[in-house]
Amino acid sequence: MSAARFSTEDLAASLGFTPLNQARLPAREITSVYCGDLLSHVMGTAPEGSAWVTVMNNINVIAVASLAEVACVIMAAGSRPNEDVIARADEQGVLLFSGAGQIFETAFQVHEKLQL
Amino acid sequence: MPKLHFRYEVDGDDFTRAGEASSKLKQSLKQLGLSPQLVRRAAIAMYEGEINMVAHADGGVIDVDIDTVAITIVMKDTGKGIEDIGQAMKEGFSTASEEVRQMGFGAGMGLPNMKKHSDYMKVDSEVGVGTTVTMKISIADE
Ligand SMILES: Nc1ncnc2c1ncn2[C@@H]1O[C@H](COP(=O)(O)OP(=O)(O)OP(=O)(O)O)[C@@H](O)[C@H]1O
Ligand SMILES: [Mg+2]
Repeated sequence: MSAARFSTEDLAASLGFTPLNQARLPAREITSVYCGDLLSHVMGTAPEGSAWVTVMNNINVIAVASLAEVACVIMAAGSRPNEDVIARADEQGVLLFSGAGQIFETAFQVHEKLQL
Repeated sequence: MPKLHFRYEVDGDDFTRAGEASSKLKQSLKQLGLSPQLVRRAAIAMYEGEINMVAHADGGVIDVDIDTVAITIVMKDTGKGIEDIGQAMKEGFSTASEEVRQMGFGAGMGLPNMKKHSDYMKVDSEVGVGTTVTMKISIADE
């Protein structure tokens, strides 16, 4: 059992990911980490409350994140959404982060924090 | 709870709006006070159907009926239809175009997800005529 809860605010504060809309949305608790790029696969298997790590950055990512109720999306490997995607994320309450690391590395960093 | 009916039109060419109907249904189900798990299942199942209507047909109409027993979602399109429904239901089978795949779809997981997230699912389809997918999500035995 982890005593200290890990939240989306810690992604920028302690892991250095770039928050793209954190200032406009409420923080959420992260309970697991999940990787996937095939959207229907993600839709079927991403756990609610997970930090979803992906290289995809199109507008459909926002619908999937919102309906699957993940805690946030971390766009890895330098993947960045355009303004329309960020605007949709704001609208749907989906927290977005980006990071330079590859998918595994990114997910592993989050995973390590969740183990504390 | 009184019987409720919602109807959504899905635009066939607009991938940027695909998912709107599912989002709206989700809001409505939440307001009805249905359990979060039930709401999530209904939203996921309907989203996959909505994407299929855009990716493989040219949009369509979704009717949702809610009573004390179940949420019934009927998704009807007049697209190209499905040749072999058994094959289409298999995980990994996809005829998605390159364009659709580049957006992250085409894993061949949509129909299996719809089955997984509903308690009952039926696909009726005729090539050249269209496809109707009916899903039921039970409220009663929750
Ligand atoms: N409404 C539809 N009209 C015509 N064909 C369809 C329809 N829905 C599904 N199909 C056919 O069934 C196949 C499997 O659908 P399914 O949703 O499982 O996978 P997909 O849409 O190809 O990929 P994914 O859903 O993983 O993004 C599709 O590739 C398509 O050939
Ligand atoms: Mg599909």
